[in-house]
Amino acid sequence: MGKYKFLGYRRPDGAVGSRNHVAIIPVDDLSNAAVEGVANLVAGTLPLTHPYGRLQFGADLDLFFRTMIGIGSNPNIAAAVVIGIEPIWTAKIAEGIAKTKKPVEAFSIERVGDLSTIERASRAARNLVQDASETRREEVELSEVILSTKCGESDTTSGLVSNPTVGRVVERVVTDGGTCLFGETSEVTGAEQLIAERMKTPELKERFLKVFNDYNEFIKSQGVDLLGSQPTEGNIRGGLTTIEEKAMGNIQKIGRARIDGVLKPAEAPKGKGLYFMDTSSAAAEAVTLFAAGGSIGHLFTTGQGNIVGNPVIPVIKLSANPLTISTMSEHIDVALDKVLTLEQTLDQAADKTMEVLLRTLSGRLTSAEVLNHKEFVLTKLFRSA
Amino acid sequence: MKAQFLIHNKQDNIGVAVVDIKVGDTVIGVCLEDQSQVSIEANDNIPLGHKIATTALKEGSNVIKYGVPVGHATKPILPGQHVHVHNLKSNRW
Repeated sequence: MGKYKFLGYRRPDGAVGSRNHVAIIPVDDLSNAAVEGVANLVAGTLPLTHPYGRLQFGADLDLFFRTMIGIGSNPNIAAAVVIGIEPIWTAKIAEGIAKTKKPVEAFSIERVGDLSTIERASRAARNLVQDASETRREEVELSEVILSTKCGESDTTSGLVSNPTVGRVVERVVTDGGTCLFGETSEVTGAEQLIAERMKTPELKERFLKVFNDYNEFIKSQGVDLLGSQPTEGNIRGGLTTIEEKAMGNIQKIGRARIDGVLKPAEAPKGKGLYFMDTSSAAAEAVTLFAAGGSIGHLFTTGQGNIVGNPVIPVIKLSANPLTISTMSEHIDVALDKVLTLEQTLDQAADKTMEVLLRTLSGRLTSAEVLNHKEFVLTKLFRSA
Repeated sequence: MKAQFLIHNKQDNIGVAVVDIKVGDTVIGVCLEDQSQVSIEANDNIPLGHKIATTALKEGSNVIKYGVPVGHATKPILPGQHVHVHNLKSNRW
């Protein structure tokens, strides 16, 4: 029996969500207009528009399908309407999502046009929204769900306070039998050996180092270095100087927990525990990939004030920087500045964070949700054909 | 306990300002690992979140934070000086 409980939505496949969205999902850029048409007509729908889905191929196409099917399958989505320009890829995504046994309806635009598609999809969406509105929250264990964490616009206060606070929460979640995802491949540079040493098996260690080295080879092949991008100008303004310093701060987010697996971008973990996912360090891309991997709630630490949100999962914002907390208060869910002034301990900060996490998973809206931050950003590996 | 800067690890040769530090101020740093305290005179203005040297550093020597090297000094650094992009560079890129 897990120690931590919250009120969640039980889905037909047994998975548990923290939100109850009816998603309207375009297969491709061309279908965004129809998706917006449905969302404008039917209250309570969530349009997930994006700029891709045409002429992608190889690993980039695989990632595209994995992300779209993963997002639709996320337990925070009660039901989905999938709209694409042609029927084959539309069916592929709809059938992928339908494996979760949640209601899914698919429509394609060729040979009927936008207006008829919008009408039929809206009629379907109306039924799905009304059905979803009767789903009730029930008490569930935190160990049943997947969470994720990432930091953004970090500064030295992230490494001192907010990341070690999240690290303590991650330790508690994993000890309780739960599951947590972290990533940011470029941003563990300088701490990659420490991550590798945390892997539970030599095979995992090898797999992680391959992911890390492949990424560095890619950077080299571009004939560039990441100076000026990693750390970012925001990091430097906040006092972070080097990538090693940033990476050491970053990895405080996993505490002392051991790592149970290495995931491809948007891949769902097969078991419980702590998983490294190969992701970009860009906030919206990484959070979208974690959501596609099944995360239903995200702990996001910031120093200088990254304001990212996600349409599908609540993004809880933590900061310890007193300047950010006072000048950007509407974005911060958990203020941790009292640890910086030694008035509070990291364990007390973790208690507070755990409490806000459970309340948020039970339905409390995050600052990002209230402020309409719905950054749905697909990761693209290379240009389309 | 009132501190103007915090030190992650006993081996570190820098601390992180938790208030805006003014040149000439005598400031107290607390090590998070063992709660030990050090006192130094600030040689620069150091904004909140920026690093202050706690020992003298030779050009080329490693800057230690979290107990590990996070880059090297690109010029000699005195105790109490601001440590940032003007005198610290990554060992990676």
